[in-house]
Order: sequence, then structure tokens, then C-alpha cells
Amino acid sequence: MTPSRTLATTGRVLSQIRHDPRTIALLLLVPSLLIGLVAWIFSETTVFQSVGPAMIALFPFIVMFLVTSITTLRERRTGTLERLLSMPLGKGDLILGYTLAFGLLAVLQSSIAVLFAITVCGLDIEGPVWLLVAVAVADAVLGTTLGLLASAFARTEFQVVQFMPVIVFPQILLGGIFLPRDQLPDVLRVLSDWLPLSHAVDALNAIATGSEDDAYVLGELLIILAWIVGAVILASATLRRRTP
Amino acid sequence: MDTPAEPAVIVADLHARRGTHPVLHGLGLRIPARQVVGLIGPSGSGKTTLMRAIVGVQVVQSGTVTVLGRPAGSAWLRRRVGYVTQDASVYDDLTVRQNLDYFRAVLGAGRSDVARVIEQTDLGASARQLTGSLSGGQRSRVSLAVALLGSPELLVLDEPTVGLDPVLRRDLWTLFHGLAAGGTSLLVSSHVMDEAARCDGLLLMRDGDILADDTPAGLLAATGTADIDAAFLRLIGDDDPDARKEPR
Ligand SMILES: Nc1ncnc2c1ncn2[C@@H]1O[C@H](COP(=O)(O)OP(=O)(O)OP(=O)(O)O)[C@@H](O)[C@H]1O
Ligand SMILES: [Mg+2]
Repeated sequence: MTPSRTLATTGRVLSQIRHDPRTIALLLLVPSLLIGLVAWIFSETTVFQSVGPAMIALFPFIVMFLVTSITTLRERRTGTLERLLSMPLGKGDLILGYTLAFGLLAVLQSSIAVLFAITVCGLDIEGPVWLLVAVAVADAVLGTTLGLLASAFARTEFQVVQFMPVIVFPQILLGGIFLPRDQLPDVLRVLSDWLPLSHAVDALNAIATGSEDDAYVLGELLIILAWIVGAVILASATLRRRTP
Repeated sequence: MDTPAEPAVIVADLHARRGTHPVLHGLGLRIPARQVVGLIGPSGSGKTTLMRAIVGVQVVQSGTVTVLGRPAGSAWLRRRVGYVTQDASVYDDLTVRQNLDYFRAVLGAGRSDVARVIEQTDLGASARQLTGSLSGGQRSRVSLAVALLGSPELLVLDEPTVGLDPVLRRDLWTLFHGLAAGGTSLLVSSHVMDEAARCDGLLLMRDGDILADDTPAGLLAATGTADIDAAFLRLIGDDDPDARKEPR
């Protein structure tokens, strides 16, 4: 692995996205619009105040997962991946290059989403806003790295979408969005402790309500980062230079 | 560089499956250095599988593939072997120049290389265009241009001239011979028989085996035919044992 090849890959992925206005809109605007929709649905109630933080975790996570997995899958299908792996590009260069490119987009995406939720949707945040953005970015990058990993096990775009109910939906159901996690049946609560999205939701809720100190939030952030690192390593390890 | 050249590629007893389908069953061959060697054979005979094995992206069941003195696929070879896949493998959502700039960075080749390969593949006029908006022939030339980056010692080209007009094809074959004269070894697969006649050496493939390994002239003499088309048909039709030359 070399920094120049990793960064060249990051630059290339960003150039590709720059030529695709739809994907830019999907990445940067759609999560905010969906958060706005949720806020609108619950505008006569106080529900948004309690689910709003979770929405900041949810929509960027899903969008990043989809866009990343389909982008990398396309690379596999068009033969450019095979070509790259016959060249002196490290497997880590490719995975990290993608992670950095989408990480940069995640910073923009999450900043827009948090700003939108606070200023337009009126979400009250007790804790530090920068910490909220940091957790939201980590959560979006998590979506990216899980997408990179999932695309290794898919051959078609359709198969990638099939991973949604397997990898993404359980995390949503168990993440404490529908029911606070401490009210879940024991088995499901333990299970949800092991899912990374739960920790993102917990951290965002804690910051929004100011119910926990920064050390707690940083602890949750570390868990998400560990998942990111794990997914990057696993995604690199599952890349094969030789295929049957 | 005047020492007698080692073969660029030596394949011995190679068994490989494409997907689950057994394609190569004990294939052996030698590809001399600094020549343009043509690989021809019917569709599905295993040309692409063999090329993938030489480049080191194909899982092989057994046998050895030695490229420039090293096992195929070893890290040392990754900047010394250029590969053009049968379908252009380039990014459609990047311009021609952006494609070349990226692959140049991956190969660690000099910056001036991009201008050189654009010139060699006659892509100057479309360098700023999105690759996805190019014609099929232009796209395959972008793919070829990528393979030329970094001046690899061995070029493995899978049907690089498909979809090109006669003028461009002639220019590319002139380029191939120019590269060979400069010390590059080339393996070029093709379906076009008048291209086969332009090769220094020919490998005829059928059903995952090498049917003949000869020069175009040698092939004509051995089959008693007047053109490569007829020689090919004769070899495919009734497998004349006299025409078969075992590699090694
Ligand atoms: N992607 C693939 N997955 C599974 N099997 C494949 C794949 N590509 C080719 N095959 C099988 O492998 C055999 C050899 O294919 P190969 O691509 O090596 O032939 P080829 O000589 O390059 O043909 P062509 O001239 O049509 O390109 C074919 O009979 C085909 O059935
Ligand atoms: Mg082929």
C-alpha cells in the first residue's frame, strides 16, 4: 500500500461522482429531505424531538451503503477491478481510497443533515453540535465500509439490494428507533448491543438530550470506528487478485 | 540488450477452469520475446482464459505459467505486463485523460506517459470526452492506451482491434511491430485472419489446446494452403498431424 495510490483512487472516485449529478443529489440532499419529511409527519406532536437524532443516523447510513456497494460492484462488473488488481495497486489502496472518497462526502452530507435538522426542522440539541456531526459522519462512513464489504459477496446490483434486508434492516429494527433498546426482550437487546447502528443511535440520542457526558459518546464513537476498521480490513482481505 | 532473449512466456501442463467449466487441459506453449505472436482460435476455445492465466488473474488448477522468468501474477510483474481485456475495462464516467491519469498514478509511470499513449492510439481529438460517450472502437483504444502506460515488457491484448476501421487497424499493427522492434513482447488474440498474417508467430487454439505453433509462412507451407483462412480451416476441419508442432 502507498499513500499516492490510495489518494489517486480517492480522486478518481470523486471525479466519477462529479460527473453524476443524480448521485450527488442522492448523497447530499436526500437524507436531509427525508429527515424533513419525518419532521413534517410529526409536526403536530413531540415525536420528532425523540426520533430526530436516530433519523440522522438512519438515512445517511442507508444511502451510503447503497451508493458505495453499487459503485464498487460496477467496478467488478466492468472489468476495471480485474485490471487494477493486475497492476501494482494494493487491495488496501482500493478499499481505503473508496472509504476516503465517501468519507469526504459523508462530512458534507452529515453537516447538511445536522444543520437542516436543527435550523429547519427545529431539533433541539443539548450537547455539542460538533460531536453530533462527528458521530453522524462516522455512522455514514460505517454505511460506506459495510457497503464495500457487501459488494464483495454480490455479483449483480440485484444481489446488492438483497443485502439490505440482511445487513441493514435488522439494524434499523433493533437500533432503538421503534422501541428504546432497554425495553427490548433480553435476547434482542443483547443482539442489538452487537450491532453498530445501535451505538450510533445511542450516541446521537445522548448528545441530543444531553443525558450522558462526552466520555460516553466518545466510547460509542470508538465502537463505531472499530467496526469501520474491521470492515475495511475484511473488505480488503476478501478481494482476490485471481478469480475462477 | 543483445543477449539471446529468453521466451517471454512459458506455459507447461496448464489446467484451468473458467467459472466451473474446464477450459484448458494440460496446455503447453512458449512465446518468444520481442515478437508479435497471434493467438487465434474459434470462439470459446479458451483464448481469453489462457491470457488471463498469463496475466495472473485466472485461478489455475495445476501447471506452471512463467512470465519474464517469474511465476505469473507475482508482484514484480504487475508493472511489467500490460493487459487489454476483451471488453474495454475503463471508467465510462471519466474522460479519456482522467482514465489515463488514474491508471498512470496506479502504475507509478511518468507524467509524460499519458501524452505518449494518447498519441500512439490516436486519441488526441477525444482526450477531453467522457469515455462512455465514445464509439466502441474509441473505447477499446482507451483500454489499449491504458495497457501501454509505463511501457510494459509484455503486452497481452485480447482482441484489441475489434470494431476498428482498416486504417486504424493498420496503424495499430504498425504500432505493435514498432513496439516489438523496441523490445516489447506481444501476445495478440484475433478473429481477423488478415491480422494473423501480420504476426511474427501464430498459436492456433482449439478446445483448450494448442493446435499449431508456427510462423504464418510455416503454417501455409505445412497445410499446403494459400492463405491463413484456409490453413485455419484445414487445421480445424481435419486435424492434419503433420501440421502439429508440439511445443517444447
Ligand atoms: N465468465 C465466465 N464464466 C464462466 N464460464 C465462462 C466465462 N467466460 C467464458 N466461459 C467459458 O469458458 C470457455 C472458454 O472461454 P474463453 O473466453 O476463454 O474463450 P475465447 O477463446 O476467448 O472465446 P472468444 O473468441 O469468444 O472470446 C467457454 O466455452 C465458456 O463457456
Ligand atoms: Mg475471448
